[in-house]
Amino acid sequence: MADAGAHGSTASGAGAAGLTRGAAAGGVAGGTATAPAVLQVEGLSAAYGPVRALQDVTLQAEHGRITAVLGANGAGKTTLLRTISGLVRPTAGRVVLGGEDVTRAPVEAMVTKGMAHVPEGRGVIAELTVDENLRVGSLFRGKVPSEEFERVYTFFPRIAERRNQTAHTLSGGERQMLVIGRALLARPKVLLLDEPSLGLAPRIVAQIFAMVRHLVDTEGLSVLLVEQNARSALSVADTGVVLNLGRVVVTDDAARLAGDEDLRHAYLGF
Amino acid sequence: MREFINLTLGGVITGAVYAAFALALVLIWRSTRIVNFAQGAMAAITTFIALSLIESGQSYWVGLAVALLAGLVLGAVVERLVIRPVEGGPELNAVIVTLGLFIAIQALISVLFGVNQRAFVAPFSTIGFRVGDSSLALSPNTLFTLGAVLLVMVGLTALFRYTRVGLAMRASAFGQEVARLLGVRVGRMLTLGWALAAVVGSLAGMLIAAEVTFVTPTYMDALIVFGFVAAVLGGLDSPVGAVVGGLLLGLLLSYVRGYVGDELVGLAALAVLVVVLLVRPGGLFSTTQTRRA
Repeated sequence: MADAGAHGSTASGAGAAGLTRGAAAGGVAGGTATAPAVLQVEGLSAAYGPVRALQDVTLQAEHGRITAVLGANGAGKTTLLRTISGLVRPTAGRVVLGGEDVTRAPVEAMVTKGMAHVPEGRGVIAELTVDENLRVGSLFRGKVPSEEFERVYTFFPRIAERRNQTAHTLSGGERQMLVIGRALLARPKVLLLDEPSLGLAPRIVAQIFAMVRHLVDTEGLSVLLVEQNARSALSVADTGVVLNLGRVVVTDDAARLAGDEDLRHAYLGF
Repeated sequence: MREFINLTLGGVITGAVYAAFALALVLIWRSTRIVNFAQGAMAAITTFIALSLIESGQSYWVGLAVALLAGLVLGAVVERLVIRPVEGGPELNAVIVTLGLFIAIQALISVLFGVNQRAFVAPFSTIGFRVGDSSLALSPNTLFTLGAVLLVMVGLTALFRYTRVGLAMRASAFGQEVARLLGVRVGRMLTLGWALAAVVGSLAGMLIAAEVTFVTPTYMDALIVFGFVAAVLGGLDSPVGAVVGGLLLGLLLSYVRGYVGDELVGLAALAVLVVVLLVRPGGLFSTTQTRRA
C-alpha cells in the first residue's frame, strides 16, 4: 500500500503537485472518495510465470461512477480485470465486492455476486444468436421477465433488429452493444469493461461511451473501464487511474488527469 | 432396380447408425475439442453389459435401458477422471489418452466377458418385408433402428435449441471463458456433454449389435472409422452435418459394396476422408471458416 502511495507522489511531483491522489494513496479506507466504493482492489499482484504483470495495485470503483484505468500496451490493464474477476489468480492482495472478499471465489460465481466482466475482444459468442447471447447472460438468475430483454432491445435498437441472427453477422459496434446489454441483464453491482473502443471507428467509440455514461447516470451502474484510448475514456470517466508496468502511477479526478499535460505526455500518449 | 432399392435402403439404415455414432463424436468435439477414439470401446462395453443381462433372462428393453444408463455414467466418469486432467493441455495429449482408454476398455471387456463371439438377438424381426415375390432390405428391426436414431436426433436438437441446459452447453462449447464469466458452470457442462455423447454412442452400439447379430470385444472397431469419416464429412462441429454425413457415407458405402465389391468398402471410406480433407476440410456443414490442422 505504501508503495502505491509513493508512486502516486512521484507522479504528482512531475505534474499536478498538491492535488489529492485519493484512492491510490488512501486506498481501502476510501480516501477522498465522494461515493461509496462498490469494488475495492487492495495491493493486488499477479504474475505470468516469472513475469510480474501487476504489482501492488490498489484502486476502487465507486457507486454510480465510471473509473477509467489507463495506460499503454502491456501496462497490465487487461491482467488487472482478469485478476479481479478470477480468471488470473493473484499472488497477493484482495478483491472486495460490496464488502465481501471475493479474491478466491470461482470465476463462475462472480456474476452471481454482482460482477459483470466484458472481456477484451467483446466476448460475444459468435455461434449463438443475438437473443441466445442475451439469454446466456441471464441464465444464472433463473427465469427473467421478458420485459428486461425488451428494455435492452429498446436501449439498443440496432441489435433488436438482429435478435434472431447469429452474432457473427454483427459489426464491431453492434457486438459491443450486445455485450453491454448482456451485462446489464446480470444486474451487476459493478461492470468491468475491457477496451470497448478496440477496433471501432471514432464515431462508434463516442456512441458507445455516451451509452455507458447514460447507463451510469440513469441506472446507477458502476463501471471499471480499462482503456488504451485515454482521451475518449477520460472524457466520460469520473476518476482516472494510470497504470504503468503493472503499477498504479496516479489516481485522480478524470478532468484533472486530462488537463495534466506532463502526465498525458508521459503515460497516456495524447 | 430391385437391387438399387435394396442397396439404398441398406445404405440409409447403416448410414443412420453411422450418423448416431458420428453424433456422439461431434458432441464431444464441440464441447472439448477432442476426438474420442475410445467411443467405440465405451459403446462395446455397455453393449456387453446389456447382453449379459439379456442372456440372464432380462428383456431387451431392460438391457437397452441399462446400457444407456451405463453409458451416461461411464461418459461422466471418463470425463472427470481421465479427460479433465489433460484438458487445456496440448491437443495431442487428449488424443493419446483416448487411444489408451480405447485399448484399456477393450482389454477390460475381454477380461470381464471373454473374447468369444456371442450372439446378439435383435428386439424385432430381421426378416425383410416382402413386396410381391421379392423381399426388401427393410425389416421391423431396421425400422426400429431408424426410429431410435431419429428420436435421438430430434431429442438432442430440442435439448440444444429449446432448453436452458442446452443453451448453457452450447455457450460452454463455443466460448468457454465468456461462458464462465456469465456464470455458466462450464466444467459441469463438459461432463454432461461427455455423458450425453456416451449415451448416444451406447445406443449406436446396441443398434449395431442387433444388425451384425454377433458381437466380440472388437466389434465396434470398424464403426469408429466410419463414424469418424461421417463426422468429418459433415463437419466435426455440426450435429446436422453428422447426420447428413452419416447418411451420405452409408449410401455411398452401400453402393460400393453392391456394385463394386465388399472388399473395397474400407478403402472407399478412407478415400472419402482424404477427399473431404483436401477439398473441404471444414466438412459440408462447418460454421467456422478455417480449421487448424
